[in-house]
Amino acid sequence: MPLRRRIFLTVALFGAVAVAALVLAPMVGSAPISLRRVFDRSIPFTDNPDAQIFFISRLPRTLAAALVGAALAASGVVFQALLRNPLATPFTLGVSSGAALGAMLAITFPVSLAFAGVSTVPIASFAGALGAVAIVYFLSTVRRHGLSTTVLLLAGITLNAFFSSLILFVQYLADFSQTMRTVRWLMGDLDVGSYAPILAALPFLLAGFAVFAWLPRALNLLTLGADAASARGVDVVRTQRLAFFSASLATGAAVSLGGPVGFIGIIVPHLVRLLVGADHRLVLPASALFGAAFLIGCDVAARTLIAPMVLPVGILTAMIGGPFFLWLLIRRG
Amino acid sequence: MRSLVQLATAAALIAAVACARPEASGSRPGAQPGAPQRIISIVPAVTEMLFAIGAGPQVVAVSSFDTWPADALKLPKVGALLDPDIEQVIRLRPDLVIVYGAESELRAKLGRAGIKTYPYVMGGLANLTKTMRDLGRQVGRAAEAEAAAAAIDARFDAIRRRVAGRPKPRTLLVFGREPGSLRAIDASGGVGFLSDIVELAGGENVFGAVKRESVRVGTEEILAARPQIVIDLHYGRDLAPDQIDRERDAWKSLGSLPAVREGKIAILVGNQFVVPGPRLVDAAEAIADVVHPQWRSGR
Repeated sequence: MPLRRRIFLTVALFGAVAVAALVLAPMVGSAPISLRRVFDRSIPFTDNPDAQIFFISRLPRTLAAALVGAALAASGVVFQALLRNPLATPFTLGVSSGAALGAMLAITFPVSLAFAGVSTVPIASFAGALGAVAIVYFLSTVRRHGLSTTVLLLAGITLNAFFSSLILFVQYLADFSQTMRTVRWLMGDLDVGSYAPILAALPFLLAGFAVFAWLPRALNLLTLGADAASARGVDVVRTQRLAFFSASLATGAAVSLGGPVGFIGIIVPHLVRLLVGADHRLVLPASALFGAAFLIGCDVAARTLIAPMVLPVGILTAMIGGPFFLWLLIRRG
Repeated sequence: MRSLVQLATAAALIAAVACARPEASGSRPGAQPGAPQRIISIVPAVTEMLFAIGAGPQVVAVSSFDTWPADALKLPKVGALLDPDIEQVIRLRPDLVIVYGAESELRAKLGRAGIKTYPYVMGGLANLTKTMRDLGRQVGRAAEAEAAAAAIDARFDAIRRRVAGRPKPRTLLVFGREPGSLRAIDASGGVGFLSDIVELAGGENVFGAVKRESVRVGTEEILAARPQIVIDLHYGRDLAPDQIDRERDAWKSLGSLPAVREGKIAILVGNQFVVPGPRLVDAAEAIADVVHPQWRSGR
């Protein structure tokens, strides 16, 4: 089958799954609502609990799940190619622990940074993510022209450990209820409560996705090694830099929106590779779409399984995704 | 007029002598002989109880998280709730250390050092005056503890009596969320002192059916629960009036809630709402003021 047709078919198929998830998820929840009442224009919005549940609670969190899932899965693909390491995740280079440190500080030492309808914690966590990106980039470029992926990886892992210890230190200083809340933040939470946090994260996510759209061919060559890629006309340094910044930016925005939702960034890319092969022109869009659908599905489970309590979605991603991935692995093996 | 001045002077002198006596004689006033004289409390709620039953002078150190009363803050601090500084505790030569009941390891450690411990178990609202009375017997302040506990019970009873027979508004009690937004909302389930206070104040806890102390809920669950009153607790820091307005405004996005439409969103600020000590009765009265504003006048 020609490549163009395979790309079209893959995107259409995974796109259909993502769209189906997007449409179906807001119809399911802990409270029974009537769709007719939701869209009944004759009832004022403030008097219509069904419409409020649909538009204030379910739709924002479904959209947030789609964006966070797509960003983390696609960033996972990009980091795995950039670092030429199948175990790389969007969190390997310290972006999420930087974000987590920002969030922990904001929860433990409340100061108001609220801006444009976005509360302090997401802003602080995005700032933490950017700080981590800047440090890792500086370290990996300081000794040579271009990025050293080895230094990148080691600096990222060290920074992760360093930030983790700072996080534990902040938690240690926090009182009991704050510690509980910081631990809950680390489990991920998509109940964004309004559209403002989504709109705030959107420009960064879209910038990341725009670069992702340009990357696949170069990533294919990059996985063969820098020299091989360079021999085939890839500007290796530029590609590495673009890949690093776009994936870091998307990850930072996603984590500030929904918390460090684990597992998606590593398993969705591998799962998609099992289904469509290793070509990044297929893997990257398919992972983004499947990541979106998968996180939407996990979020539906999170808010219905033990209703009226809401499970942190980060617990469910691995709980649901792990056995599914293992089953696929054994079946293919 | 002159006799009044003389009377006041005499009263001041007596008070000064009464205050000066413990330093002069080196013993703590009032406690029965043989009672613990060097108490360390690493449980803020119990610190508050000890001061309320007149055992404040017997306390020699508190936890790093104590915030009340002012006298307790002048004492040495011996660390955090779950990992107190054992060296510091032993160095202060306590004859009674108050710890959380679940900390069996800490109790064993102190036991090896020959130090007596009092295990505190947090329970519902009824546990407050029960613990105060028990504590009174342990620290030689039985009579004062009985008086303090009875006064608190009487105030609880007054609320209970005066809200009896009134309709029970559906009440949501939130004790944690992200400031300025409706994210990461922790509400009171049907277990624990907060839920007990809502019921005592004549409200019906909307998440009372969930048999847990804390329930993490989303906006959907709150919209579906349709509370008529929202009590939103803030503690650990003071809020300026404009911050209180901002926190109240955060609820406005849920316009279909009866509580929002009728303007019954109460932002209550203070540690007395979350430390299960003797100030819980102030907290209960403040919450009753929200649930049944006329309860005090009896109308």
